[in-house]
Amino acid sequence: MTETWLRRFYFGLVALFLAAPLIVVAGVSVNEKQDLAFPPVGFSLAWYGQIFTDPEWRLALIHSVTLAVCSAAIAVAVALPLAWFLWRRIAPWANIFQVLGLAPFILPPVITALGFLSFWATVGLFGQFFTAIISHAIFFVTLPLVTLSLGFASIDRSLVEAAATMGADDRTVLKTVVLPLILPYLVSGYAFAFVLSLNEYIVAYMTIGFTTETLPIKIFNALRYGYTPTMASVSVFFVAVAALVFGAIARFGDIRRLLGAMSSDGN
Amino acid sequence: MRREAPKSVADYTPLFFPALMLIVFFVVPFSTMIAVSFFKRNPAGFYTPDFVFDNYARFLSVFFGGVLGFSLMLAVLVAVCCVAIAFPFTYLLTRRPRRVQTLWLVGLLSVLSLSEVIIGFAWSTLFSRTAGITNLFVAIGLMDKPVALLPTFGAVLTGMVYQALPYTILVLYPALVRLDPTLLEAARTLGASPVRAFFNVVAPALRNTIVATLIMVFVFALGSYLLPQILGRPQHWTLSVLITDQAIYQSNMPFAAAMAVFLVLISLALVGMTLLVGRKENAL
Repeated sequence: MTETWLRRFYFGLVALFLAAPLIVVAGVSVNEKQDLAFPPVGFSLAWYGQIFTDPEWRLALIHSVTLAVCSAAIAVAVALPLAWFLWRRIAPWANIFQVLGLAPFILPPVITALGFLSFWATVGLFGQFFTAIISHAIFFVTLPLVTLSLGFASIDRSLVEAAATMGADDRTVLKTVVLPLILPYLVSGYAFAFVLSLNEYIVAYMTIGFTTETLPIKIFNALRYGYTPTMASVSVFFVAVAALVFGAIARFGDIRRLLGAMSSDGN
Repeated sequence: MRREAPKSVADYTPLFFPALMLIVFFVVPFSTMIAVSFFKRNPAGFYTPDFVFDNYARFLSVFFGGVLGFSLMLAVLVAVCCVAIAFPFTYLLTRRPRRVQTLWLVGLLSVLSLSEVIIGFAWSTLFSRTAGITNLFVAIGLMDKPVALLPTFGAVLTGMVYQALPYTILVLYPALVRLDPTLLEAARTLGASPVRAFFNVVAPALRNTIVATLIMVFVFALGSYLLPQILGRPQHWTLSVLITDQAIYQSNMPFAAAMAVFLVLISLALVGMTLLVGRKENAL
């Protein structure tokens, strides 16, 4: 009995720690006047409207969403053939590309960001919007690569073999058997890359920070040059998007398996 | 379909695009950065090509030694706090029903994906005088008037633990969820209390996992580039903050690149150590 209560208490403490700053931010975001008071004074959802009506915030939102949509797509386009090749073929040296795909995520982000900054500055394309898309795609290629590798590993090879025995060539097998089986992993890989790209600051800042504002860059600039409750409402918006996306992955896929629980039938 | 070795050049086609992208946009930028670390600073532009060790020589200063020492100390502290909180938590979580686990995992992923900017903003609000936690203490009569809790070392540490805690839990999760439940049952049958079984059986069995996690969280914490800047004073700046500062605000790319190369070497050495620890565990 005491154990249960101890456990609940501990879970409650961790939950409180994780939620506390978000609760304060959510409180600040509904202030009626333009100051960051907590508990909020009055109640207004105007600051949420501001994200879409204020031209600067709306532009930042458009930049962020464009960046996330495109870079996650490229990340998946890079990861899919690589993961497929590694699953289909025995080519030990090709594993070097897997390591390359994982490296940007393991190294401290500042390093990858600085690498991109020196690269784009050297080739003379510094500041162009598409450089951020490519940089994010490479930076987040790890996520679809990991989910897709898991997806391929979960395919029963005898299914594929059956298709091949019945005369399907590589292309047909890929289209009719393999792709439908790994689709959930492909979608979650895209979703992970999308959410993280939406939130990413340092790589975006070092590639296009001087010319373009994404939402995280805009929030940081607002932090330095004057607070507004809009920052709080944007933050709440971000939490909501992340929770929605991961909630959808959990609803339609198996998030425990994606995060490393060995089999989907649990313990 | 069995895995087979590629027979013709055509079999390599799927590899072309990924290989091209990763080489052109990761290997080349990375090499460019290493090259730049040997370049000379050009105050007018970015840099001029050269081959000098000046940028590395600057490491041998008291200031840089101080920053490095502080960064390492802070990262160690964050790693220890996170693992101390996360290990029992993750263990208890993996014993819960699947629905509860899923719910927590969604929440943890949502916090983990948050931008450092947002985490910094959220904690700076929580620690501020006007909208902070101290207002709550005043309301329940613990304090006389609200105070600002930042910029302080405690604020930096709290923010970084907050950032790294979901990461720590998710790194520990696979090892703990796969832990053989009979291990614990045996301990319980032999009369150990749950707490005792946890400390005497579970924790020692996962000693290597704990060490590997400590190192991974340490590397993760080394990468924090904004929180020390938002929540701390300049003396709380870490190597990552300094790199950003040199690259962007001081426009000294070569020095920033040299520091980055140095940070890569530290991180790689530590990741290598993790792999070694992991290998030992598998060998057991």
